[in-house]
Amino acid sequence: MEFDTIAAISTPMGEGAIAIVRLSGEKAIPIADRIFKGVGGKQLKEVPSHTIHYGHIIDPANGQTIEEVMVSVMKAPKTFTREDVVEINCHGGLMSVNRVLQLVLTNGARLAEPGEFTKRAFLNGRIDLSQAEAVIDLIRAKTDRAMHVALSQMEGRLSKMIRHLRQTILETLAHVEVNIDYPEYDDVEEMTHQLLREKATYVREQIERLLQTAQQGKILREGLATAIIGRPNVGKSSLLNNLVHENKAIVTDIPGTTRDVIEEYVNVRGVPLKLIDTAGIRETEDIVERIGVERSKQMVKAADLILLVLNYNEPLTEEDEQLFAAVEGKEVIVIVNKTDLPQKIEMERVRELAAGRPVITTSLLEEKGIDELEEAIARLFFTGGVEAGDLTYVSNSRHIALLHQAKQAIEEAITGIEAGVPIDIVQIDLTRSWELLGEIIGDTVHESLIDQLFSQFCLGK
Amino acid sequence: MEYHGGTYDVIVVGAGHAGCEAGLAAARIGAKTLMITLNLDMVAFMPCNPSIGGPAKGIVVREIDALGGEMAKNIDKTYIQMRMLNTGKGPAVRALRAQADKFLYQHEMKKTLENEENLTLLQGKVERLIVEDGVCKGVITHTGAHYYAKAVVITTGTFLRGEIIIGDIKYSSGPNNQQPSIKLSEHLEELGFELVRFKTGTPPRVNSRSIDYSKTEIQPGDEVPRAFSYETTEYITDQLPCWLTYTTEATHRMIDENLHLSPMYSGMIKGTGPRYCPSIEDKIVRFHDKPRHQIFLEPEGRNTEEVYVQGLSTSLPEHIQRQILATIPGLERAQLMRAGYAIEYDAVVPTQLWPTLETKIVKHLYTAGQINGTSGYEEAAGQGLIAGINAARKALGKEELILSRSDAYIGVLIDDLVTKGTNEPYRLLTSRAEYRLLLRHDNADLRLTDIGYKIGLISDARYEKFLAKKAAIEKEKKRLQTFIIKPTPQVQEVIRKAGGSELKDGIRAADLLRRPEMTYEHIQLLAPAEEDIPADVIEQVEIQIKYEGYIEKSLQQVERLKKMENKKIPEDIDYDAITGLATEARQKLKQVRPLSIAQASRISGVNPADISILLVYLEQGRIARVSNE
Ligand SMILES: Cc1cc2nc3c(=O)[nH]c(=O)nc-3n(C[C@H](O)[C@H](O)[C@H](O)COP(=O)(O)OP(=O)(O)OC[C@H]3O[C@@H](n4cnc5c(N)ncnc54)[C@H](O)[C@@H]3O)c2cc1C
Ligand SMILES: Nc1nc2c(ncn2[C@@H]2O[C@H](COP(=O)(O)OP(=O)(O)O)[C@@H](O)[C@H]2O)c(=O)[nH]1
Ligand SMILES: [Mg+2]
Repeated sequence: MEFDTIAAISTPMGEGAIAIVRLSGEKAIPIADRIFKGVGGKQLKEVPSHTIHYGHIIDPANGQTIEEVMVSVMKAPKTFTREDVVEINCHGGLMSVNRVLQLVLTNGARLAEPGEFTKRAFLNGRIDLSQAEAVIDLIRAKTDRAMHVALSQMEGRLSKMIRHLRQTILETLAHVEVNIDYPEYDDVEEMTHQLLREKATYVREQIERLLQTAQQGKILREGLATAIIGRPNVGKSSLLNNLVHENKAIVTDIPGTTRDVIEEYVNVRGVPLKLIDTAGIRETEDIVERIGVERSKQMVKAADLILLVLNYNEPLTEEDEQLFAAVEGKEVIVIVNKTDLPQKIEMERVRELAAGRPVITTSLLEEKGIDELEEAIARLFFTGGVEAGDLTYVSNSRHIALLHQAKQAIEEAITGIEAGVPIDIVQIDLTRSWELLGEIIGDTVHESLIDQLFSQFCLGK
Repeated sequence: MEYHGGTYDVIVVGAGHAGCEAGLAAARIGAKTLMITLNLDMVAFMPCNPSIGGPAKGIVVREIDALGGEMAKNIDKTYIQMRMLNTGKGPAVRALRAQADKFLYQHEMKKTLENEENLTLLQGKVERLIVEDGVCKGVITHTGAHYYAKAVVITTGTFLRGEIIIGDIKYSSGPNNQQPSIKLSEHLEELGFELVRFKTGTPPRVNSRSIDYSKTEIQPGDEVPRAFSYETTEYITDQLPCWLTYTTEATHRMIDENLHLSPMYSGMIKGTGPRYCPSIEDKIVRFHDKPRHQIFLEPEGRNTEEVYVQGLSTSLPEHIQRQILATIPGLERAQLMRAGYAIEYDAVVPTQLWPTLETKIVKHLYTAGQINGTSGYEEAAGQGLIAGINAARKALGKEELILSRSDAYIGVLIDDLVTKGTNEPYRLLTSRAEYRLLLRHDNADLRLTDIGYKIGLISDARYEKFLAKKAAIEKEKKRLQTFIIKPTPQVQEVIRKAGGSELKDGIRAADLLRRPEMTYEHIQLLAPAEEDIPADVIEQVEIQIKYEGYIEKSLQQVERLKKMENKKIPEDIDYDAITGLATEARQKLKQVRPLSIAQASRISGVNPADISILLVYLEQGRIARVSNE
């Protein structure tokens, strides 16, 4: 368990315009080989250490090309973790990075826990002793944070469904168990292959459905929904471009042109954002004048975080005040832009309207204040101010990988049932599936089976 | 009068199911052993069911045998019937159960104890331990005798501050009106042990001559001869049947109406009872919709008319018990011989023990059996065996034995107890084992004979026979893996008759055997062996080949776990010095003091982040060494 192969998305800050899926462990290279097709068809296991290779990521399940990538292969021990490390550099934005990560996870890697690469580096003697305490803090802080995020996500439909499936399996297991542990009780119905197959098939179908919704919906909409609002010409599009540029965005869409709403995915200091701007409407200013506030209100409703932009160079308008009213009760960062121009705005009034929420002054033209803004965003997220309405990418991939494994286990159970394998043996796979589903919602306590047994059936001397 | 009674290697307190195994194992290993028990006429007494074995428990009995213990042999000599359970299911859950002649069982066990070299059997009541500097040096009895030893095993069952409850009557007593053990309980508290109060109960007994068996269903034993011990060669042929009847609506009404008289509901009983052994009043309350409950009538022996009424455990007043009996078909005129009762007693919180069953508070002191919060003869015997082995090895200066969860149900049992503790009397269930396909009834010898031999509880002769069996299994497996069965008309005929689909091509015998409809018998027809193959070898070959894929999966799991098992935590680790541990985890770790990372990860309240931190901390030592080089 400690030394299996782990993987995660790592986009080290200021380290280039690409997102990286990093693998570490004994199987890092074989796993990468399974999904990587290099030009000229060469195998990663044959290439020398510390080399980079161009090629494509292919889903071995269906032969589909997922992404164009550069893959670096670094063999132990001269790596960060002192294990074999493979880094898959993706250009295609957050969504495709995610797909690559998922593929890696379904092909034998386990999603790294927060801080795990560092931990391995430490365990393998790469980091020196004085950093031990720091590693511990890191593990604690990141795990707690991840747990918090995971928990808040789990309130939704997904967790409900998973709990339901687990309960279905648990009742079935308890039924199998009771037949085994209390064979003399003739009034407990014998769990038959037929009955077991029905239950298992039901669970499989439900997991498949969950996987579908996960792929279509959640992944596409992931990232913290962040709305940039403000009157025309205050600098909304500039802000977006700046954030995107600064973070060397994993951007696929080219902003501008004809669409109403532009969405960009960026990763600001580890916080995944889905930026929303009304950039496309700029061409016809007069329309915006009419519908600006209306539209902003709608966007505000759907957003997890709001960046409200004001113009330093103009007095506050009625419209500005209306925007403040519209963001009541939301997480907001107020941005007062164009500080390179003379001040005409009344900052005291801005602070009053902001009511304790962060106010950042910027000059997007001169690229000033952007660091402060990023800092404010990160602080909001990591101190728990912002509730991630959608799944963040890490947990999401983790869920999907676990769902895949749970599905595989239940399929093995069904195969066993069909081959006439005794029920108490089929039950091994059923239990596995129950445990995997439990890992998604952080609940794997074995004891609950025994509780179920005694609440469901009447047993005793 | 205080006096010096003698000096031994090991002293075992109690001669119940735990005590007997502990004493015999210690003596047989070569430790000079003293066994002290309250009443020599009650050695290996069964206060409840006259029955040994069943799912999980029966496998424990096989494990005890493979390790060189006595329970299997003793029941093989004294059963009145035996049945293999779960024969319609997979091999992992097959289990043997015997009805015992409970008096004969006691006599045989006593004889074995009396005839054991190295073992002294003594009637007496232990009231205090001799403890110096945190090390147990011996025991003191009520007569003032001081006995000294290098290690002491306490196996006092349900006797510690025992109290019997029937209706509104409550009195100080051990099981079945034996004298309770009060001073010892107080002394354990003085020494700093945390005790809990548990409760269990037993049903009434009736006279067989007053039962109308025509209203019941007969439950005979198996016709095939069965045995628990791998060494048993003689079988008892005249088996006695048990009988099945049911509660009725009248029974349930009777209980409903008198529930207020039950000490369970009046609040008189405070101890925690086991969920798997509810009293009849419990069953009626919790499962009100069930129209009837099974009642098994089990003879208590060959030379007695007493019959145990299984399913009717109760602590209702005696006169209500009589009325309840009268509502059950076949028991209308049943003569009550002993009333059912509940018993409350003290148990030691088992997280105070190391996995060797030595206590953490007092060195060289071991506890085993119901005193550790378990329930059941087999659970007690399994622990007794391990405690006896370890006490003797401690006394003889040898390394102690810990069975892992993948070795044996006994390993699961002890690990659960010392790692998780228990909130109710603990019973083994197959669902407590994560590797039950590996922990089978049939392969207990393959799992444990090596260990038993190394410890010195298995004779050379038996070990040689065991090695021969192992070799025969491998040889036959190999043969089947290489033998090609060709699609001849005779072969197709056999396969068709078995309900399988015909061969398209030649197939290895082993692969054909993997088909669900195929048995070794079929294969023997198609690929006859040159020599006669014993039935127990055939059984192994068949199971190992047929379920290879699943067994392999379980083995991989075990392998993964082994890595974590091998990461040892030093006994003197200071959890307060580790920054970053969650408060709950820190508390639990300090209490349980796990010996490995794997054990630590099984403690509830210790989560993966804590394990990571622990790992980092543990690795510091290693890295410090590396960087010093
Ligand atoms: C009423 C009742 C109902 C039960 N029902 C069930 C059931 O339904 N199912 C089940 O599985 N199990 C049941 N049990 C439990 C089962 O009987 C025990 O688990 C098992 O006998 C425990 O074995 P042991 O060796 O730990 O203790 P015991 O068999 O109780 O033996 C204890 C021994 O210690 C001796 N002793 C006690 N104090 C001292 C002392 N101070 N000095 C010297 N010797 C001492 C006693 O004489 C006795 O020999 C029941 C027990 C009782 C009493
Ligand atoms: N002087 C100055 N001009 C800016 C600044 N930020 C944006 N602008 C300019 O303001 C105009 C409107 O910007 P834009 O981002 O399109 O505003 P939007 O309508 O809110 O999206 C453009 O001409 C920008 O170049 C700034 O910080 N200082
Ligand atoms: Mg714009």
